Amino acid sequence: MSQFRFANEMNSLLTLDGPLTKGPVPRWQKKGAENSSIVNCSLNSSKQKSISSLNASTKTPSKCGDGDVLRIKKTPAKTPKAGRSGSPTPNKASKTPGGGDRFIPSRSATNFELGNFKLFQTSETESLSPTNEIQRAMYENLHGGDINNQRILSYQNKAPAAPEGFQNPMRVIYTQTRTPASSKSNNRYIPQAPDRILDAPDIIDDYYLNLVDWNASNMLAVALGPSIYLWNAGTGKIHQLLEMTGNDYVCSVAWIQEGDHLAVGTCTGTVELWDCSQIKRLRIMDGHSARVGSLAWNSYILSSGCRSGQIIHHDVRQRDHNVLTVGNHTQEICGLKWSTDGKYLASGGNDNVLNIWSTAGGNRYSQPQPLYTLTAHQAAVKALAWCPWQPHILASGGGTADRHIRFWNCQTGVCVNSIDTKSQVCSLLWSSNYKEIASGHGFANNQVIIWKYPSMVKAAELTGHTARVLHLAISPDGSTILSAGADETLRLWKCFVKNPVKSKEGVQAKVKTSLLKQSIR
Amino acid sequence: MAAQKSKSAITVKGSAEIVVEYLDFGINSILFQRGLYPPEDFKTVENYGLPIYMSQNNKIKEFLSSTFCQLKEWLVKRLVDKIALIVTSVKTREVMERWDFNVQYEGDIDNPNQTSDKPLKQIQNEIRDVLKQIASSVAYLPLLDCLCSFDIQIYTKNDIELPPEWGDAQPADIKNAQFVRLRSFSTNIHKMETVVTYKSED
Repeated sequence: MSQFRFANEMNSLLTLDGPLTKGPVPRWQKKGAENSSIVNCSLNSSKQKSISSLNASTKTPSKCGDGDVLRIKKTPAKTPKAGRSGSPTPNKASKTPGGGDRFIPSRSATNFELGNFKLFQTSETESLSPTNEIQRAMYENLHGGDINNQRILSYQNKAPAAPEGFQNPMRVIYTQTRTPASSKSNNRYIPQAPDRILDAPDIIDDYYLNLVDWNASNMLAVALGPSIYLWNAGTGKIHQLLEMTGNDYVCSVAWIQEGDHLAVGTCTGTVELWDCSQIKRLRIMDGHSARVGSLAWNSYILSSGCRSGQIIHHDVRQRDHNVLTVGNHTQEICGLKWSTDGKYLASGGNDNVLNIWSTAGGNRYSQPQPLYTLTAHQAAVKALAWCPWQPHILASGGGTADRHIRFWNCQTGVCVNSIDTKSQVCSLLWSSNYKEIASGHGFANNQVIIWKYPSMVKAAELTGHTARVLHLAISPDGSTILSAGADETLRLWKCFVKNPVKSKEGVQAKVKTSLLKQSIR
Repeated sequence: MAAQKSKSAITVKGSAEIVVEYLDFGINSILFQRGLYPPEDFKTVENYGLPIYMSQNNKIKEFLSSTFCQLKEWLVKRLVDKIALIVTSVKTREVMERWDFNVQYEGDIDNPNQTSDKPLKQIQNEIRDVLKQIASSVAYLPLLDCLCSFDIQIYTKNDIELPPEWGDAQPADIKNAQFVRLRSFSTNIHKMETVVTYKSED
């Protein structure tokens, strides 16, 4: 017998077209069965209604008059209302039999007020009083003894709270995490080790100074304590440019855009101009009352930022070099940069303020009042960099309490993007080779981070410095960045080396996609 | 023999002084470690073989010294059950964290001339261990990411005379709290137990 049964089963399995004899009931059959029963139900209810319209069972939703008419369209003859007798459309109704595996409660039959009252009454009586009891019991268990036998006293002259705007310095420790590198695959190789390490003995570990600059003729100027050294990156030769006497030290260096002239800001408040091809001082420009921590060139105008919060625009060609003194900072200016097109000057101070100054009337120096005063940063603004390919975009980075890199549109004064870097931002640099931005950081990893712009996805993290990365400079060909750390080393990272084959391919691909887009639209 | 014993003995008053000294260092250390005030306001003081950060803010110093002056008196009279340091958010008035210093009275409680011959060195070592634990509490306590102020509440027996400038305070409890018990130390007259209660993050 068993073999026959098996044979039968096999046959039934193999006849695919035949009706199913085994297994669960197909879905369409189940649906049909359900619908027919529901139709019956609704028919019944309408019958019931004609008998006793006050039946309160909520299972039959077709209690109210209007709903009734809509639901029982299928059998228009049974609707008791005469007014609708002309309107029913039996054809449509037949397509939707019964209308429902949905439960539609009848609103008129529900007593909302009573329901609401019941809901709130129960919650109050059930939840409140027992928790009080429990709290009391818990308190007595925990603290020992009855509360009523105890007094809580406090001295009425309270201690003051921390000053307004103070931020918990522990924040850095708590939120310092090494964020994993982006999951987005990087299609270029960024060496993780420095190409070269140079010694920088006695470099001053001061966040507010600007001690490194690299010029167009591949000369790197580094201020180490009282001296300035010039390092020819092509030949590797080193010259000492100057050494200051006494306890004086160099606070800032800046190369003119084209040529061999170097501006030097000193701790006595003077700005010196040096011709480095002849190792000769050309002039000394005074005017500041305190040390000059930041310098920026705009053609023949040299702008210098002082500890007093003043900016002086010097015209280096004139005998009366001081063309304009502007001041909108209350504390030391530590960041000063002219935009690549020379139209805007950005200044950042220890007063957490970032000012944008604009030029007017063909002048190379700024107007006496700032165009925008931006106070979004929560700490000193030292790191400033203007985007080379979008001249009105400025990147600014804040100190330990702020840790954000912010991007500003200087035509509108709007912060277009910001990112929390989890560490003090000491310096910023754009790379036009790859449309990326590099940032130098302090505690805890002392790293240089390379971000893609504008997505701000991390492309690489270059670690190696054992103290904060104070300054960044980029080589004239844009391939190498130099980081000056407070650990008295200068590290050269070849992270933006152009790949000639790849860059060509990239251009071609771009052209193709744009054509494709045009044809689609 | 008797002379020698009295030399190293600690009286009730001396014990109260030790307790208050501990509270002074402990509370200053908490104010620094928890970042309630700018670190520039603090100066290190070497004590118990530990560098301890003490606030240099005059108003805070004044508040602490007047509180402790009164507290010392009550400790001698054995009226204090507990000292609580309450950290509240300035904006929302919410209690963010509390440090309870529970006081227990040991030995012959009714004798006002009670003495203890526990060596001072040993007591100081015990205190040092608690202070070390306070300093390392930063590792597990959540960041106080808002402007905070602090208050000191003293839980006393009911039959106490209220001195001028003192008033009753509301119990400051933390919702959804977690607590960590630190080490305790004892002078054999006063036993101090330190408990930190903080808001659980989730």
